[in-house]
Amino acid sequence: MNHYSYIALIPLLPLATFVILGLFGRKYFKSFSGVIGVTALLITALLSLQTAYYYFFIDGKVNGVYQKIIALQYTWLQFSPNVSIDLGIILDPISVMMLVVVSFVSLMVHIFSLGYMKGEERFATYYAFLSLFTFSMLGLVISTNIFQIYMFWELVGVSSYLLIGYYYDKPSAVAASKKAFIVTRFADLGFLIGILILSFYAQTLDFETLITRLTDTQSTYFLGISSATFVGASVLTWGLTLVFIGGAGKSAMFPLHIWLPDAMEGPTPVSALIHAATMVVAGVYLVARLFPIFSVDEFALQIVTYVGLASAFIAAIIACTQTDIKRVLAYSTMSQIGYMMFALGVAKQGGEEGLGYMGSMFHLFTHAFFKSLLFLGAGAVIHLVHSNDMKDMGGLRKLMPITHFSFLIACLAIAGIPPFAGFFSKEEILLAAFNANKLVYGVALFTSGLTAFYMFRLYYSIFWSKEAHVHSHHHGEGTWSMKLPLIILGIMAAVAGFIPFSHFVTTDGAALETHINYAFSAAPVLFGVLGILLATVLYKNANAKPDAVANTFGGLYRSAYRKFYIDELYLFITKKIVFNLIGRPAAWIDKNIVDGCMNLLATITAKISELIKGVQSGKVQNYALYFFGGIVALAVLFIYVWK
Amino acid sequence: MNEVPITHILFVSTALFFIGMYGLFTRRNMITMLMAIELILNSVNINFIAFNKYLYPEKLDGIFFSIFIITIAAAEAAVAIAIIINLYRSHHSIDVEDAGELKY
Repeated sequence: MNHYSYIALIPLLPLATFVILGLFGRKYFKSFSGVIGVTALLITALLSLQTAYYYFFIDGKVNGVYQKIIALQYTWLQFSPNVSIDLGIILDPISVMMLVVVSFVSLMVHIFSLGYMKGEERFATYYAFLSLFTFSMLGLVISTNIFQIYMFWELVGVSSYLLIGYYYDKPSAVAASKKAFIVTRFADLGFLIGILILSFYAQTLDFETLITRLTDTQSTYFLGISSATFVGASVLTWGLTLVFIGGAGKSAMFPLHIWLPDAMEGPTPVSALIHAATMVVAGVYLVARLFPIFSVDEFALQIVTYVGLASAFIAAIIACTQTDIKRVLAYSTMSQIGYMMFALGVAKQGGEEGLGYMGSMFHLFTHAFFKSLLFLGAGAVIHLVHSNDMKDMGGLRKLMPITHFSFLIACLAIAGIPPFAGFFSKEEILLAAFNANKLVYGVALFTSGLTAFYMFRLYYSIFWSKEAHVHSHHHGEGTWSMKLPLIILGIMAAVAGFIPFSHFVTTDGAALETHINYAFSAAPVLFGVLGILLATVLYKNANAKPDAVANTFGGLYRSAYRKFYIDELYLFITKKIVFNLIGRPAAWIDKNIVDGCMNLLATITAKISELIKGVQSGKVQNYALYFFGGIVALAVLFIYVWK
Repeated sequence: MNEVPITHILFVSTALFFIGMYGLFTRRNMITMLMAIELILNSVNINFIAFNKYLYPEKLDGIFFSIFIITIAAAEAAVAIAIIINLYRSHHSIDVEDAGELKY
């Protein structure tokens, strides 16, 4: 497998870019640093594509089944003969697929940023952070063991924090970056405990060994972890649930999603890369990576299903009411990731039953293209209008034809209208849900209608609605560096669905035959079209109908507009309960008891030294006298007392 | 003729020791204190020589020790006088009472 060793370059090139731009960028490269970032990433993307080509078409397949290939493995920290932390590169269908997605979307975002971020004071720093993120994300997807994935997991968290807080002179951006970091960090605590539980019982950190040991129901490892119980559930369930909490935090699943809408404070291309296409699907990727273990534990899978479903549904409702275009897209991302999650939840290991897994990965793949396209399109719009609010937009279709057209394609794709990419992947997910659980299917179907509705609400509000008020200093649609990614991603969003994905990515590596069942497709497409029609009626031209509808729904509308008061709930819990009941007593103990003990000790020492300091009179002869007196006393003692 | 008994010699050395001690404790002049220390050291030398001669006449250990002490006393006097000169330069006095900056 030596001809795979060049894969190490895929993550290392962005790392090198980060180091070079981070250290020297602002001083020596300035606006040239964008070109450096793009060049490095272009090479990375080409290497990823080549890897994918080799893996999928030349030597990944053995007897019709895709193998896991360990391209590189090296022991990093050896604690004892049995325990070591390794660094390595794993190639299997999902990691190769993610390599392509991450490097491709990152390349598009790098190119787009050339125009979007032009003239920024910290242009080089921006590219340095972007490279750091790309490095971490690529490292995450090729991790061979659960500890390596955890390290890169934290690294993407840090780079996300840095990029959200990029405009650090804006208090809201600083608050948003802190919120994102703290919430995901809190979830990562669960992940860490989950890692410790799973690896303790399986006695390994390596993914493959871990999966083999914990899925073989006869092995001692499996019996150990499934027979031990804690608060009514087996330790296996606990371990998997905790790992899933980590994934849910990163993937903005309900109720840990609160950081994602606020994360929109970052530059828009960053939102396209991190908070739409790559980092937020890390949770899905994690569950998919450990899917064989999840599939032996029914309860953990149920949690994945219902958390995913709840996120998909709630986010879709909230998205219908928001007016900040990036927040609409953020909730839409959350909703689509919810789809991926519950698709994993309804899947089973192997064969036809693994359709949900394949659908989830397929949706991850297509979603990366159309959602990053939507964000980049929104970025282009914001670049022109200088506002995030849809009230300031409208009628932009004539001013920015390319953005308009690509945005329309992305909206059709996410709404699940054939023949665009989203239709195919959503189809597989809905079919898997239909086969497994009718309730999940029903909610998912309704959500897909909602998705179409809010996406077209967004589309009409930006591009139709009213006449554009012409800016006196109108600078056009943007440079070619901004249009080119839109065109490329538009093409991908239109055709990515035709990739026979089920031949490449399945639970067991063997190809899965899927057919488009027209009778089954009718329902989701019908819901999608209904959603679009409703949005057309309400939003195509500015009128009073949307307000009337909002009034009819009254309380529901208001609470959805306020994001169901979840932020307020968190604030209530932290401020009123945690701060008052835990924080205050802890502060009191610290101030009075801990500090008190220390102060008492210091006071006693000071008093004693005050008392005896007179001995050091500074008179040499006094010292000599004490010394002599001591000698005499010792002499008396030795001669007369201790004979 | 009779030999001088050892007690006489020890008496001289003890007297010398206490004269030195008295000088050390009562004088404030550093040179005088240094001289007092020399007296104490010499009383020890006398003890060494006396015990060597009366107890182990065939050995030379005590004599060696006194030679060491004389050497070290010379070195010590050199160092002490250097200190005293420096003190005089900075304080314009060689009175120990005047050098009290380092007390509490």
